[in-house]
Amino acid sequence: MGESIKSLHSRHSELANGYFQLKVLSNNSLSNHHEVNFTEKLRESKLFPLKPTQLEIFQINVGKMCNQVCKHCHVDAGPDRKEIMTKETMLLCLDAIKKSGAHTVDLTGGAPEMNPHFRWFIQEISKLSINKIIVRCNLTIILANKKYHDLPDFFKAHTIEVVSSLPYFTAGRTDAQRGDGVFEKSIKALQMLNEVGYGIKDSGLIINLVYNPSGAFLPPAQHALELDFKTKLKANYNIDFNSLFAITNLPISRFLDYLLESKNYESYMEKLSNAYNPVAAANVMCRNTISIGWDGAIYDCDFNQMLDLKVASSTNHISQFHIEELQNRNIVVNQHCFGCTAGAGSSCGGTIS
Amino acid sequence: MNTYYNPEDLKKFGNIAEFEKNLANKFFNYYGEVFKEGALTAREKSLIALAVAHAVQCPYCIDAYTVDALEKGCDEAQMMEAVHVTAAIRGGASLVHSVQMMNKAKEITM
Repeated sequence: MGESIKSLHSRHSELANGYFQLKVLSNNSLSNHHEVNFTEKLRESKLFPLKPTQLEIFQINVGKMCNQVCKHCHVDAGPDRKEIMTKETMLLCLDAIKKSGAHTVDLTGGAPEMNPHFRWFIQEISKLSINKIIVRCNLTIILANKKYHDLPDFFKAHTIEVVSSLPYFTAGRTDAQRGDGVFEKSIKALQMLNEVGYGIKDSGLIINLVYNPSGAFLPPAQHALELDFKTKLKANYNIDFNSLFAITNLPISRFLDYLLESKNYESYMEKLSNAYNPVAAANVMCRNTISIGWDGAIYDCDFNQMLDLKVASSTNHISQFHIEELQNRNIVVNQHCFGCTAGAGSSCGGTIS
Repeated sequence: MNTYYNPEDLKKFGNIAEFEKNLANKFFNYYGEVFKEGALTAREKSLIALAVAHAVQCPYCIDAYTVDALEKGCDEAQMMEAVHVTAAIRGGASLVHSVQMMNKAKEITM
């Protein structure tokens, strides 16, 4: 049995506070080495101030409530988190999506399916002229309660693109990061998604998996790992999926707590900054994405959202959404951004260079 | 505490060029070429390097290729199997020499 994981929030940890996390990230005394400043790196790459490109992805975090408590979670999500987007805020989001020109709506959480208005919201988004709706489904939610068992059919009915975390194709690695028994349930849920057509060739139903390292190291090359996942999941569990996204763990929230507790913080930050890749920096997801919090606040990305770093714009709430003003903003960056620019880069859609 | 092996020294590997630049450059260029994806994948090479690191019992190499193998997508079971390959070859190398011992013993005993 692995140790049970609790949210920073329920532990009353100082790291539950975004401001405190930023303080840790900017604390030079933690490091024996000369701390490399992310802003300076961007300046060297002639990317500072970082500006948005065309808005493509409208990402909405519909709440922090989750049935899982993963060790690395950047949201600090869990069953104890009660922050949930209201229907009123969702209505404002629908209006903003129309004005935004984005072609993709990306729903995340917590477990977004636990928001009581989740299905209604999907139905309403489906009526808009949007090319793609993504739901970041943790898989185990499908089995968590009878009321969620039909989620694969619901996803199929709205041609939702499902994106799900599976840190490895073995139980040990997966459960160490996501909790005991998560691997077995995830496999069952993937089989249920395959049964309705997800991941099956020519079905038009997409299920992509997300790998992130189970520790203080960088992800492998995405393509090589995808081949491995495909071979092993097919041979051992008869599971099909479309693509694997390799994502780097950002040094915030529960992963930051892990880094500090395991005394890997300094070496991990050094690793990230040494691996700074200007090509990845030019393609970071915050340039074509906007992120909305459960309370309607607007952020450059889901990570800034968890650090409470709102967009640097006079319109920083969904009720004031103004696309032209937002497109003129400077993107807020800090030391955690090294996570998205290391090596092949990292985004919610995997590597970026 | 002073020890013969200091983990921080691994980061200074490149500094060997300070005393002899030409050979160091040739070595590092060669090193880089060796570990490129080729007939063997980068991951296979990483596991070989990890196994050899245990054979030559180099703490720097063990640290470096443990991290590298994880970053190439290997898991703990694969890494430990690689080290068992080291152990099997090292153990086998001792044991196969016992044939010589047996030959000699038979030569001089009744």
